[in-house]
Amino acid sequence: MSDATITLEVTRYRPGHDREPHPQSFEVPFQKDWVVLDALNHIKDRIDGTLSYRWSCRMGVCGSCGMMVNGVPKLTCAAFLRDYRPGPIRVEPLANFPVIRDLVIALDDFMEKLRRVKPWIIRAEEKPVSEGEYRQTPAQLETYKQFSMCINCMLCYAACPVYGLAPAFVGPAAIALAYRYNLDSRDEGYRLREPVMSDAVGVWECTFVGECSVVCPKGVDPAAAIQRSKLAGATDWLLSMVMPWGGRR
Amino acid sequence: MATRKTSEPFWWLLFAAGGMVAALLVPVHLLVNGLAVPLGWTSISHARMLALAGHPLVKLYLFVLIALPLYHWAHRFRFVLEDLGLHGWRTPIAILCYGGAVAGTVATLWVLWGI
Ligand code: SF4
Ligand code: FES
Repeated sequence: MSDATITLEVTRYRPGHDREPHPQSFEVPFQKDWVVLDALNHIKDRIDGTLSYRWSCRMGVCGSCGMMVNGVPKLTCAAFLRDYRPGPIRVEPLANFPVIRDLVIALDDFMEKLRRVKPWIIRAEEKPVSEGEYRQTPAQLETYKQFSMCINCMLCYAACPVYGLAPAFVGPAAIALAYRYNLDSRDEGYRLREPVMSDAVGVWECTFVGECSVVCPKGVDPAAAIQRSKLAGATDWLLSMVMPWGGRR
Repeated sequence: MATRKTSEPFWWLLFAAGGMVAALLVPVHLLVNGLAVPLGWTSISHARMLALAGHPLVKLYLFVLIALPLYHWAHRFRFVLEDLGLHGWRTPIAILCYGGAVAGTVATLWVLWGI
């Protein structure tokens, strides 16, 4: 097994050098316990040091190694070479994002959207530190825990055809995160997030494709967060219709 | 960022209600009206059905049964077309889909009225 190899077709793009992204083939040793990221590291260390890509934890926690593997958004540190035999394996930058160089994409749009949903605990009035922490029961934690597991890997944005067609869409992970704080018993920020959530480019832009939840490596199920936020938004809307003087939840 | 007013919640509510009807009530009618009666598992005469359909409450029921799923279809179909890449045509697509559902609603009212 030791002299077996597998071919990676890696997208290369060097700004100011290449006119557009193009694939380059690399033959790497096939190891049973290697993931795509190991193969990329092998290329960078042994074959071509100019190859650029992001990674950090190598254990599915940091969310920085997302790429398209054979056209599917994957964490490359969790995509085993053995699952793609005999190859070749196509490795491309995450779809729907501008490419900076090789496999590195621009995060700015995603970062801006994360900030826009105010993903932190908002209180109408902060209580003084001397009164202690905001306490929560295990049951209260359970209501939002799943939606707090997001590692901001952006695989869901790469999988979302709506984001591809309408980049203004706030998108799966940001909405799931907003929903996570809305569900948090300590949070009082629902009204402040609502303008972003119920905007035309907020939850209503979603067309129920559901691919976000399919590719999510953390079981966050952003699609469920979006659909449930639609229900909340529609309920708000209905209340504001029957009680225009202020029928709000 | 300024919030844009959107009519989406309205269409979504109709879509959701239509989905409920389509999932819960339509199969019953497929079974009864589509299989049981034509195959003779049960016998309800045409005259009796017509009399039943003439009752105002039954008319209301039939209206809900027929009209709401149209909005379920319209919403879905609109999104399917958008996802197929016709994103630039959103407004005409929405008008066609929801317009179709509204036309179907009017037609349903008209037919029920005449019973
Ligand atoms: S929701 Fe899932 S796929 Fe999307 S960024 Fe978070 S962890 Fe990644
Ligand atoms: S390297 Fe951190 S998630 Fe893959």
